[in-house]
Amino acid sequence: MRYEEMGLTEGDFYSRNFQKGAREDTLILNLGPQHPATHGVLRVIVELDGEYVIRAEPVIGYLHRMHEKMAEGRSLYQYLPNMGRVDYGHALGWNWALVGAVERLAGFEVPERAEYIRVITTELNRITSHLLWWGAFTLDLGAITPIMYAFDDRERLLDILQMATGSRLTHSSFRVGGVCTDINDKFVAACKEAIPHMRARLPMYRDLVTGNTILRNRLEGVGVFDADLCRRYGGSGPVARGSGIDYDVRKTENLSIYSRFDWKVAVQQAGDSMARYLVRMDEMEQSLNIIEQALASLPEGKVMMAKAPKVTWAVPKGESYFAFEAARGKAGVHLVSNGGKFPYKIKLRSPCFSNLSLFAEAARGTLLADALAILGSLDLVIPEIDR
Amino acid sequence: MLSIIPPELIRIVVGMVAVMAFVAINVLVLVYAERKGAGHIQRRPGPYEVGPHGILQPLADAGKLMGKQLLTPIGADPILYWLAPILSFLPVLLLFVPMPFGPVLTVQEVNLGLLLILAFAGINVLATLLAGWSSNNKFGLLGAARAVSQSVAYEIPLLLCVLCIAFQYGSLNLSTIVEAQGSWPWQWNFVCQPLAFLIFLVSSFAETNRAPFDLPEAESELTAGFHTEYSGMGFGLFFMAEYANMVVVSGVCAALFLGGWKGPGIDGVWWFLIKVYALLGLIIWVRWTYPRVRFDQLLNLNWKWLLPLATLNLLATVFLMKVF
Repeated sequence: MRYEEMGLTEGDFYSRNFQKGAREDTLILNLGPQHPATHGVLRVIVELDGEYVIRAEPVIGYLHRMHEKMAEGRSLYQYLPNMGRVDYGHALGWNWALVGAVERLAGFEVPERAEYIRVITTELNRITSHLLWWGAFTLDLGAITPIMYAFDDRERLLDILQMATGSRLTHSSFRVGGVCTDINDKFVAACKEAIPHMRARLPMYRDLVTGNTILRNRLEGVGVFDADLCRRYGGSGPVARGSGIDYDVRKTENLSIYSRFDWKVAVQQAGDSMARYLVRMDEMEQSLNIIEQALASLPEGKVMMAKAPKVTWAVPKGESYFAFEAARGKAGVHLVSNGGKFPYKIKLRSPCFSNLSLFAEAARGTLLADALAILGSLDLVIPEIDR
Repeated sequence: MLSIIPPELIRIVVGMVAVMAFVAINVLVLVYAERKGAGHIQRRPGPYEVGPHGILQPLADAGKLMGKQLLTPIGADPILYWLAPILSFLPVLLLFVPMPFGPVLTVQEVNLGLLLILAFAGINVLATLLAGWSSNNKFGLLGAARAVSQSVAYEIPLLLCVLCIAFQYGSLNLSTIVEAQGSWPWQWNFVCQPLAFLIFLVSSFAETNRAPFDLPEAESELTAGFHTEYSGMGFGLFFMAEYANMVVVSGVCAALFLGGWKGPGIDGVWWFLIKVYALLGLIIWVRWTYPRVRFDQLLNLNWKWLLPLATLNLLATVFLMKVF
């Protein structure tokens, strides 16, 4: 039924625009911005033939908080907490992207111990992010219980992260030239306790959820992205790696000290929702490996470089780009400075934005339930898309 | 004075009142059991605040639902819209009339008891369709369409399984079927009709719209499906009907396949209630464990597996009945 026929309202710009191309015998359904499956305020307009999706169009911007514009009116230290709000799931990944861009521009060397702390906390944060996704995704598929188990483990890890970063969700403990606080023995002991615990939990997840026939039937062969599609839309992170693209910024750009550890990039060839699921499950194990090795070889020393920039520090003139492999993909910060106290311009390269672009093409011709499974498998964080 | 009124009528009136009380109490108990069970499955205590161990939570829930404003959405058909929840709940009471709770504890022994249950259970589909259609909501419409194709499809294997048992005993009277089964578990029907029992269980999950077949109200796809627009007791009646239907399905299953009120030791209503609650526990357990199937998978399972298997099972039963 068209809005006009109902005589209720004209609909907004997006739905009117979407209706232009609609066939006569189809149903246009507006999912969101408040819908249980869109995780926050994503809106998707779909044209349905029965239950088959003919067209889908994501509408974004409901959580636009002008993070990029905000950067122009404040110093880097004032801007750093914004990073935790860009992607609440993997706040430290974005932290790193920002401080990395600044350090690259200024040519700073970060002390060894600070690098280790960054790696440990970021990987812990990656696990919590994937656990959050895992719970929410299975919730999308109608399994209500796994999210409680995921949060159980996530809370444990957040307790540990809290010791190192001081916060539980919007961490912002990285500083230009190091990290703000050193980690203590209590943190190390808690980590060493948490790793075997998580190692025991992951096989349980595999047995209870991943191996479930209903779940496999829902995910296998659903939403197949080939590598070419991923490249065209700039898909990155687990989405690209699920399609057989062996691309992880941590490895390919040899970031920080990641090359010192023995870990491998989780890649799946199938390209379907199950492949993306498995990539993330593998990544949790790889992150545990990295944390374990980093803890074993944790050096002593300072956590801030000598002569670290003060709050009033003016960013040197120039341009730099730094990308970090956040939990959802390549989180990039393009920093332009004209030598003033505030950055001239900061552009955030959001992986979710690119990954969402894949959705419209992948959802075409699938069932409504599949379309939502694909949407869930992209692991979208809406504040990051809208920025 | 009392002799003027036929005893049958008194029995029915008393029985119906008892059934209403039974249904109401059971819904309350089940809501508590479901929430508490879900809580423990999900590693949390469940309701805990209202009364000791949250035991009064269902009453608080009911109070909340009754206190809510009943809204009719713009563009909805008000008569059909409010008829639907009533139509969904009322027939459920009738389903308890031929239910054999105990040797004498049956509201009314009906020779066509099974037929009565299956016939009135079908009205529920109509109510769901009306609810989804009349609420002028696209999610509701999709939910209703799903509900109808699901219920219609799964009613067939369900019926075929029931027929197996009916053929075996030459009766549609639930009490007779229970009577014919022995007291020991190996004398119950699920032993000689294991396939029918399994198909009946799967179909009853689908018939009652319970997970993993809760597609008509799949909240991650259709927000709340056919009852998206209902508030307060409008929703409450659908909710009660769902739980009452669960009790009916478990009751029929217990009577047909698990020996009803018969059991080791002393036969009686307690055995019936134990079996019903064991089955309800299973239904709740499954809901909180499995993800939801997709709609085409749901129909495939029915048309490609359950229906042929149920038909074969029925033919085999008929053949064996004729031979022996």
